[in-house]
Amino acid sequence: MQIMPLGDCALRVEFGQGIDQATHACVQAACAALDATVLAGVREIVPAYTTLTIHYDPAAVAVAGAPPDDLAGWLGSRIEQVLRRAPKSVRARGSVVTIPVCYGGEFGPDLEKIAICAKLSADEVVCRHTKHEYWVAMVGFAPGFAYLAGLPPELAAPRLAKPRAMVAVGSVGIAGVQTGIYPLATPGGWNLIGRTPSRLFFPEQTPPTLLQAGDRVKFRSVSREEFAKLEADA
Amino acid sequence: MITVQNPGLLTTVMDLGRPGYQRLGIVVGGALDRFSARVANTLVGNDENAALLEIAQRGPELHFAVETLVAWCGGEFEPRVGTEPLPRDRAVRIGSGETIRFGAASAGLRAWLAIAGGIDVPLVLGSRSTYRRAGMGGLDGRPLRTGDELKLGAASEWAEQRVKSPQRVSMWSVRPETLGKQAAPDTVRAMPGPEWEWFSRDAQRDFFLAKWKVTKDADRMGVQLAGPELKLAAEREMLSEGVNEGVVQVANGGLPIVLLASRQTVGGYPRIAALASVDFGRMAQVVPGQTLRFEPITLGDAHTLFLARERDLSRVRAGLARLAG
Repeated sequence: MQIMPLGDCALRVEFGQGIDQATHACVQAACAALDATVLAGVREIVPAYTTLTIHYDPAAVAVAGAPPDDLAGWLGSRIEQVLRRAPKSVRARGSVVTIPVCYGGEFGPDLEKIAICAKLSADEVVCRHTKHEYWVAMVGFAPGFAYLAGLPPELAAPRLAKPRAMVAVGSVGIAGVQTGIYPLATPGGWNLIGRTPSRLFFPEQTPPTLLQAGDRVKFRSVSREEFAKLEADA
Repeated sequence: MITVQNPGLLTTVMDLGRPGYQRLGIVVGGALDRFSARVANTLVGNDENAALLEIAQRGPELHFAVETLVAWCGGEFEPRVGTEPLPRDRAVRIGSGETIRFGAASAGLRAWLAIAGGIDVPLVLGSRSTYRRAGMGGLDGRPLRTGDELKLGAASEWAEQRVKSPQRVSMWSVRPETLGKQAAPDTVRAMPGPEWEWFSRDAQRDFFLAKWKVTKDADRMGVQLAGPELKLAAEREMLSEGVNEGVVQVANGGLPIVLLASRQTVGGYPRIAALASVDFGRMAQVVPGQTLRFEPITLGDAHTLFLARERDLSRVRAGLARLAG
């Protein structure tokens, strides 16, 4: 574990180097421990693949008694104290969020390309994409955009050289070894393989997103008819 | 009630932002220069976080159906109330039936117009700030339009007193840029970022020596600069992680981008530097074509500047509160 500054109002804590479940469990455990502790000046904590970014208010840290010439060091040592006592990993949450996806066709214009690269049929790509369980490594890019780790390596594909000017809401994509879902219509560079009728972002609700870091996710293939029905229900 | 007779180029309702939801991918946003917004609100006796108008480049025309107090801070605009100038950094009484015409910026880019009581729009996830990409906050996530009617919250007692003053324009003024210790012109202070060591010696030298040019790729998310290519010492891939306002990241082309208030919550580009937060406001005023330099500062000095400016603002607040009594 390494703590270093990110400018004058954030610290970053690093727990590992790669996208793996062990590092993810460390990040989640540390995030839970810090969430459960009141640390003066800490505004919010953002978990990612291997790090936590801890945003703080320097004025509040100073008021809490930190030496004015070492606010970051003082806060860093308090964070370290919390993390030393914290469990080193958390158990994954019990439930799995299942996301219905209508694969291919106009919803997944890049499905054939992924299939050709993987030397598989499109059906086999869908079969493998739905068979695996993923974990939400982090949420970012857009409200509720979950970066899902755990993609079968043969389905990995580089981002598009030229991002699309607009990706439809609910699009399911692949970028590198990650898969994810667009909660809003935005520009985007991921390979699109299908679309979900599920809503991922609802600002009027608490919490406002379907997925949070640490969640487990599975995809379920649905027909065009079922997609339309689920979309109408949503 | 205020009626929008002309919305200007891009006028939005903002407060100090929507923190607390970054882990769900929801950007902080808010006024691009939070300090100027805080001062503008302070000048009209508002809570610092009251919703105000952020004005960009060409300002709005606003008809007031209520007598109230306004104040604005920011770049070089020449707004008028009726035929009289509406001076910057001061509390000014606006009479019922009067119209403010904000006009265009002659230097700088943005201004913040606070109105006593603040603009009364619903809180969405704890903030009134416009979040265009998600279509929420402010006026349903969109900029002002002709015909919009802006409701105001309840003005403070201090503002109610002040409105009765015989002087239309306050004798006192508070210029946000004079609080704390300013950087040299066209300069922002920056400290090495987490990936500083990834960059080549040349890149580390050029970053602080070069005169960077502000490009047209500049919006509320970030400002792309042009100048010498900043190369990594060795090819390296970075996993995305949390970023912050003021972070200077270097994308594949080797050119730096300074992230601003509406930045994404996470980023995957190496971060060569991070601005001292007292200089964030300066980035809200840069215009394409102008030059910008980075001056090195230590983390300790950045905190010292930050705390000094906060002390200055506290004194201003205390002073204004006494004026009412």
